[in-house]
Amino acid sequence: MIRWFKPVVFLACLGPLARLGWKGYHQALGANPIEVITHSTGDWTLIFLLVTLAITPIRKLTRQLWLIRFRRMFGLFAFFYVVLHFLTYIWLDKFFDVHEMLADIAKRKFITVGFTAFLLLIPLAVTSTSGWIRRLGGKRWSRLHQLIYLSAVLGVIHYWWLVKKDVHKPLEYAIVLSVLLGYRVLVWGFPKLTANRTRTLSGEHIESPQW
Amino acid sequence: MLIKKAADIPSSEITPKTLYLNRRKFIGGAALAGAAVATGAGLSELIFPVPVHADAKIDGIQKSQFSTTEAVTPYKDVTNYNNYYEFSTDKYEPAGLAKNFKTRPWKVKIDGLVSKKQELDVDAIIKMATPEERIYRHRCVEGWSIVVPWVGFSLSELIKRAQPLGKAKFVEFTTILDPSQMPGQRGNVLDWPYVEGLRMDEATHPLALLCFGMYGEVLPNQDGAPLRIVVPWKYGFKSAKAIVRIRFTDSQPINTWNRAAPNEYGFYSNVNPHVDHPRWSQAKERRLGEFFKRPTLMFNGYDQVASLYSGMDLKKYF
Repeated sequence: MIRWFKPVVFLACLGPLARLGWKGYHQALGANPIEVITHSTGDWTLIFLLVTLAITPIRKLTRQLWLIRFRRMFGLFAFFYVVLHFLTYIWLDKFFDVHEMLADIAKRKFITVGFTAFLLLIPLAVTSTSGWIRRLGGKRWSRLHQLIYLSAVLGVIHYWWLVKKDVHKPLEYAIVLSVLLGYRVLVWGFPKLTANRTRTLSGEHIESPQW
Repeated sequence: MLIKKAADIPSSEITPKTLYLNRRKFIGGAALAGAAVATGAGLSELIFPVPVHADAKIDGIQKSQFSTTEAVTPYKDVTNYNNYYEFSTDKYEPAGLAKNFKTRPWKVKIDGLVSKKQELDVDAIIKMATPEERIYRHRCVEGWSIVVPWVGFSLSELIKRAQPLGKAKFVEFTTILDPSQMPGQRGNVLDWPYVEGLRMDEATHPLALLCFGMYGEVLPNQDGAPLRIVVPWKYGFKSAKAIVRIRFTDSQPINTWNRAAPNEYGFYSNVNPHVDHPRWSQAKERRLGEFFKRPTLMFNGYDQVASLYSGMDLKKYF
């Protein structure tokens, strides 16, 4: 079932890119196509980060253990879209002007945090393979991958600081992220409350990274 | 993907609707490479609806010495990419949301420090002077720009008829407040109604335009109908739309964006590549339809206004 389902989900995750490509080809990206591409790849990065972060809570609350098999794919798609987002910035916005980019990263808070959020995801993408999980050991690997929390927070701040006035969209991301991180704070802060669950599901992070 | 370069945009884009639609059909047909032309146009129009032209040509439009010869931005971009927060903070939404906006009857109140307070019908204002086509560069504070063939006449024509008192040092423009027609006003993204202001010498500068049309036709609703101002050397938000009140005053008006974020949007808001927005650079801009960014010019290239600000520290009075 999952073997069959996985390629379908994989293709669906490419949907946003395909949609951009199709619209671009038909000149249907509106008056400011580059802005649309920048915003769209940024949005999908955040969406995939949140989906990745939602896997564990949903899995534990619904006891659908198989969900974990999709976590790595969603995480890597978040990375895929952030790379596209970053490429759009350095190519279509800055035209590879390194000097201007460095000035931007140093001077503009929203670029600084966005760039940091991007950098934090690189080690996660690199160590996403089963080989790296073995090499690092489950515990250390999990520790390292907690960087996603920080990256997601910075990603939402990046969006928040970018908008001119209307923060309702970044606010939506912030609320979802707060719920997802709030869940983890609860688990961490009130282990008794969640003890039953954690015990039954203990050790699963070893199984988790496997496709 | 295809991104139009400047060279692809003929200056003849100030074209009648029929020609313009033919062009769309051509693009749609080419894109589908021989597939049904009608389907192609239909599909892309689903995603990107063509606005209904006001279709009311304005007669007797004179050319203006203030017009730029730069390529005019396509009509569909100027009418589908709008910062008009009264309707939506999404740039692509005002075109649809403003479709049924009522622009008649429309009165404009003229008050404050004037010898005679009055309420004028917008059609009486439009008849005050000969309409001119002014092809202006328009630079948004967000870093994009367009070239628009506005139709109107110098704001000074109205101001001199309003007979402001000697004490009047500023002019304040207020946009209509009507949440029933303007969904954006039901939220509090900005303090409604929208208020903008100019110093008297700015408002009476010949470049400052009282505008009621573009592309030779009546102004589309999403572009500020029935009456707006256009101040081409300032960032776009200074050019208030759908004006219902013009008030003369001796104190500097507090414009809406300045009230919303005083450290980001000043009263003057002259286009200035040397004074960055606190969160982004103003050195360059993306002209819609162009692939590469172009450098932003001081006063948006309208050097003739420089004397208005001689001796002023434009970093302080941004």
